[in-house]
Amino acid sequence: MVLNDSDRQLIAAIQGGLPMVARPYAAIGQQLGLDESAVLARVAELQESGLIKRMGVVVRHRALGYSANAMVVWDVPDADIERIGRLLADESCVTLCYQRPRRLPHWPYNLFCMIHGRERDSVLRRISQIVAFHSLEDIQHQVLFSPRAFKQRGARYAELDKLQPESRSLHGRT
Amino acid sequence: MDALDCRLVNLLQDGIDITAQPYMAVAGQLGISEEQVVQRVGQLLDDGYLSRFGPMYDAEKMGGAFSLCAMQIPADELEKTAETVNAFDEVAHNYLREHALNMWFVIATEHADHLPVVLQQIEQKTGYPVYNMPKLEEYYIGLRFEAGATQ
Repeated sequence: MVLNDSDRQLIAAIQGGLPMVARPYAAIGQQLGLDESAVLARVAELQESGLIKRMGVVVRHRALGYSANAMVVWDVPDADIERIGRLLADESCVTLCYQRPRRLPHWPYNLFCMIHGRERDSVLRRISQIVAFHSLEDIQHQVLFSPRAFKQRGARYAELDKLQPESRSLHGRT
Repeated sequence: MDALDCRLVNLLQDGIDITAQPYMAVAGQLGISEEQVVQRVGQLLDDGYLSRFGPMYDAEKMGGAFSLCAMQIPADELEKTAETVNAFDEVAHNYLREHALNMWFVIATEHADHLPVVLQQIEQKTGYPVYNMPKLEEYYIGLRFEAGATQ
């Protein structure tokens, strides 16, 4: 999908969030000089093309009580990574599962998954169960909890903001 | 957050249809008015339970890049370095983690070729190397947090 300037303005206008009004696309249209139906049609196209993965909420998981946030990393033989990646991804407590490059000698791990829970103990218990159930004892893993978030918010596309400097005033809550 | 807020958050995490009045369907499902949905979501944003209500973009499809990066920062330099790193608009999340590599952040750039530039700027401004670990393969993505559930 080729993006024109008007698309980029639209993307910038909604990236920080939809205005909290009953007809948010009409409000966006007013800001951009488009009518509501034009905005709706274009947003729908952006979603169909996969550029917008989903329209919905981003939660602050810590505020919801998910304070035990574990990044579990595994050093999986390359030949086995797809099998083990899928196996971990199928676990209900695993929220993300990616293969990433090792950074030897500092970092030997190539499979990353996230497990979020309310308490460390329960997260650690789940990990032990997963290891035992799938016989992963021979695969080195490490659990990196995060005691603190330095920054937590969705990505902003700075250059798009420049295209649409007034967009911040509409939502202003990011 | 009351029980209704929890149901609202759980519904909205699944995504909403793109229609002129997007809060209407959710209101119907919850048996409250559209106005109440707008008011409650606004309140949840203001109270910090939600960081935003809007589109999740696919950075790569937009021609951009997305990566996870790590740095090893001495404990007494953490605050200062976090401030420097966070000052980059391209840094979406930044977490302290319990490992020698103790600072982990996600970077998203609008243009793929801008990502290495940002990494280089971070290295220059902080004086520490950045280990870039972009995803090679995705096995699952279903990040979702059940509000109000016990786990």
